[in-house]
Amino acid sequence: MMQPPDLPDIEQRLAIICERHDCEPHRLLQILIEVQEMYAFIPPEAITTIGKHLNLPRVSVEGAAGFYSFLSLEPAGQYRVLFSDNVTDRMLGNEELMRHFCNRLWLEPGKVSEDELVSTDLTSCTGMCDQGPAALINGWPVTRLNRERIDLIADLILSKSPVSDWPPTLFEVNDNIRRTARLLGEPFEPGSAIRAALMRGADATLGELKLSRLRGRGGAGYVTADKWTACRNSQGAARYIVCNADEGEPGTFKDRILLNRYADMVFEGMTVGARLLGSAKGFLYLRGEYRYLLKKLEEVLVQRCEAGLLGSNILGEPGFDFDIEIHLGAGAYICGEESALIESLEGRRGRPRNRPPYPAQHGYLDQPTVVNNVETFACAAMIAACGGKWFRETGTRDSSGSKVLSIAGDCTLPGIYEYPFGVSVQKILEDCGAQEPYAVQVGGPSGILVSWQEFERTISFEDLPTAGAFTIFRRGRDILEAVRNYAHFFAHESCGFCTPCRVGTQLQKKIVDKIANGHGTASDLEELKQLGHLMRTMSHCGLGHTAPNPVLDMLQKFPGAYEQKLTSLSFEPAFDLDAALATARRITGRDDPWAHLP
Amino acid sequence: MSGTITIDGKTVPFTGGQTIMDAALEAGVYIPHLCHNPEFKPHGSCKLCVVEANGRNVTSCTMPASPDMVVINDTPELNEDRKALVQMLFVEGNHICPACEATGNCQLQAAGYYLHMQSPRFMHFYPPRRVDASHPDIFLDLNRCILCELCVRASRDIDKKNVFGISGRGIDSHLVVNSESGKLGDTNMTVTDKAAHVCPTGAILIKRKGYTMPIGKRTFDQKTLREFHLEQQKRVEPKDGPDGG
Repeated sequence: MMQPPDLPDIEQRLAIICERHDCEPHRLLQILIEVQEMYAFIPPEAITTIGKHLNLPRVSVEGAAGFYSFLSLEPAGQYRVLFSDNVTDRMLGNEELMRHFCNRLWLEPGKVSEDELVSTDLTSCTGMCDQGPAALINGWPVTRLNRERIDLIADLILSKSPVSDWPPTLFEVNDNIRRTARLLGEPFEPGSAIRAALMRGADATLGELKLSRLRGRGGAGYVTADKWTACRNSQGAARYIVCNADEGEPGTFKDRILLNRYADMVFEGMTVGARLLGSAKGFLYLRGEYRYLLKKLEEVLVQRCEAGLLGSNILGEPGFDFDIEIHLGAGAYICGEESALIESLEGRRGRPRNRPPYPAQHGYLDQPTVVNNVETFACAAMIAACGGKWFRETGTRDSSGSKVLSIAGDCTLPGIYEYPFGVSVQKILEDCGAQEPYAVQVGGPSGILVSWQEFERTISFEDLPTAGAFTIFRRGRDILEAVRNYAHFFAHESCGFCTPCRVGTQLQKKIVDKIANGHGTASDLEELKQLGHLMRTMSHCGLGHTAPNPVLDMLQKFPGAYEQKLTSLSFEPAFDLDAALATARRITGRDDPWAHLP
Repeated sequence: MSGTITIDGKTVPFTGGQTIMDAALEAGVYIPHLCHNPEFKPHGSCKLCVVEANGRNVTSCTMPASPDMVVINDTPELNEDRKALVQMLFVEGNHICPACEATGNCQLQAAGYYLHMQSPRFMHFYPPRRVDASHPDIFLDLNRCILCELCVRASRDIDKKNVFGISGRGIDSHLVVNSESGKLGDTNMTVTDKAAHVCPTGAILIKRKGYTMPIGKRTFDQKTLREFHLEQQKRVEPKDGPDGG
């Protein structure tokens, strides 16, 4: 147990931070992130002090601080190294690298080193699947890890070199754009979409959006024009435009590229939305893993203000005022759910709200709010600039336009691929150089596990809807291991609000582990099916509804992945008596036959 | 907006702003529940009260009733799912009914009986959970907490003290109290607070009261959870009274 560190001037330092955030309770998460960066954890005194400044009960501050993975209530060391644990990182050997790292620094995962210098752990997918294995070091992404890089990192930590002085090559992130179509391939002139929208007028621009048949790119595919119209028709003191850049679905990284290289298009889509809905304030909710993009994005915002594309009287239009604020997340997949995202924007735990009411009527600060995916706003900008008919020229009947896919796993050319909707899985596999493809996880763990017999299926809302993840498994890959990784992911990311998801994701994880460890039986398979039904039908939000997807897909399509691992018994208890004696054996230093059960 | 809905074929009236649960309880139709208590703002976390409304599963304590809604509630399938949820609540905590002070007065236990639960079904989690005896009059045992947040709501909305809150995430979600030490004794909670008397299980207990009521004469020795909840509804009507407490 570590001694609580001495924290001189904590009251003063926190007062300055809180003042800078206007002691605004909605800025709580942003304040906590700063405190975490300053002290490498959130000290109990800080929770009390922040509560006083923000006029919030202490329990509310503690509740928020305890919710987000990147905030730590215990000292986590000067260096916090979090290894990305997506299935693609696994395939590239992240477990072995983490072990090597731990051995070098005498570390145990999840614990701080004895000299209080460093701690390490796993974290959910950091969105670097095309250049993994990846990790976050004090929030900064490092990519393409190998033994050499791990050794270098270990040496840098031992020499107590500040992360800002580390060689920049460690933090290099490539865009890896491999194929473009109409969204990423056409030139885009900043301001062109706003100009076109102003010329056409708000009603006619909304008409173009309707004509385009654009559907949300976050995966659910709600018709964007309908969402915007509902918000426009709702009464409220203010309206808000929120861009969901909490790209947390394991295997997805296309928003990383859209924000890094197409930020103008994204912000322009938001600004067009502001014009259509009469909104003066927008937010970009940026996932904590993409914090390294914050500075660059803020520079783009400043440039746009200087160019008259943001701020007051945009492009000289009197009364057209719109500002965008970037809000950081701190490691919580659930905040990609729009109502949880709004809760988080308001500084609270990211817990999905009861619906109805929907955000279009009662969203941020209870006012009409539109929440859309990064790619949706980019599409909206292109539609405003080029028209709805132009947009509809590609894609299929129910899925107009194109889709940006994040391709990773067993292929020679992982990266970003943009295709018109309707493209077959087979065609994509050929283009990216997939080696003996056997299965593809389309849309990440909450999506669909597609087997080699279904490669003729197409990317579209009619067939395989997706937010963009496309993870390839070659023949010989252990599908059960992949599904186990996904089951652990959901158990880690459940917000814990409702019973079926909080407990169901844990039970699912435990049963899949039991099967993987060779103790599974036929009754466990039946239990997984029933749990899946319960989570799908009784859960509070989409996380619980989709958490059983990879397990149920495996049971149905990949019997070979688990059948050989089952024991022949129809029932085997989950409790392993012999394993339970392991601690006693370790204490007594015995491992002879008499120290084991027969 | 007012009108009628049907629940399992029975016509039930509702008035503006009422949820399916409100309308049902008022009409004496029982939908099993644990985190709902008509005295407090609906929460919707336990999910026992999920019903099928117009073909879609909804949480009845938070879903507003709408005209001509067709609700299916008391079916073997839904009750089987509800039983599984109760079993989940049992295995995620440490519930030792025969040795628990709350036995006979516990709604979780009563829900188990009401839904014909015969076994825990799932593997036990045996989580290490905190026990807090620091308060002179109140005992906090998180082993029995089912995260219904009734104490959170009562302390926030009625006592105006915010003694309780939830921290952590997922299976690590847990009740926290409003003091830097994390101890209940260091909060301003008193035994007369509403929050001290709303726990449906035995997570919040009043000290020195444990065995004053003998087993056999306790609440659920006398009545089922259904009867208890329907009576509870009658106690809070009419709604124009002060706080109902």
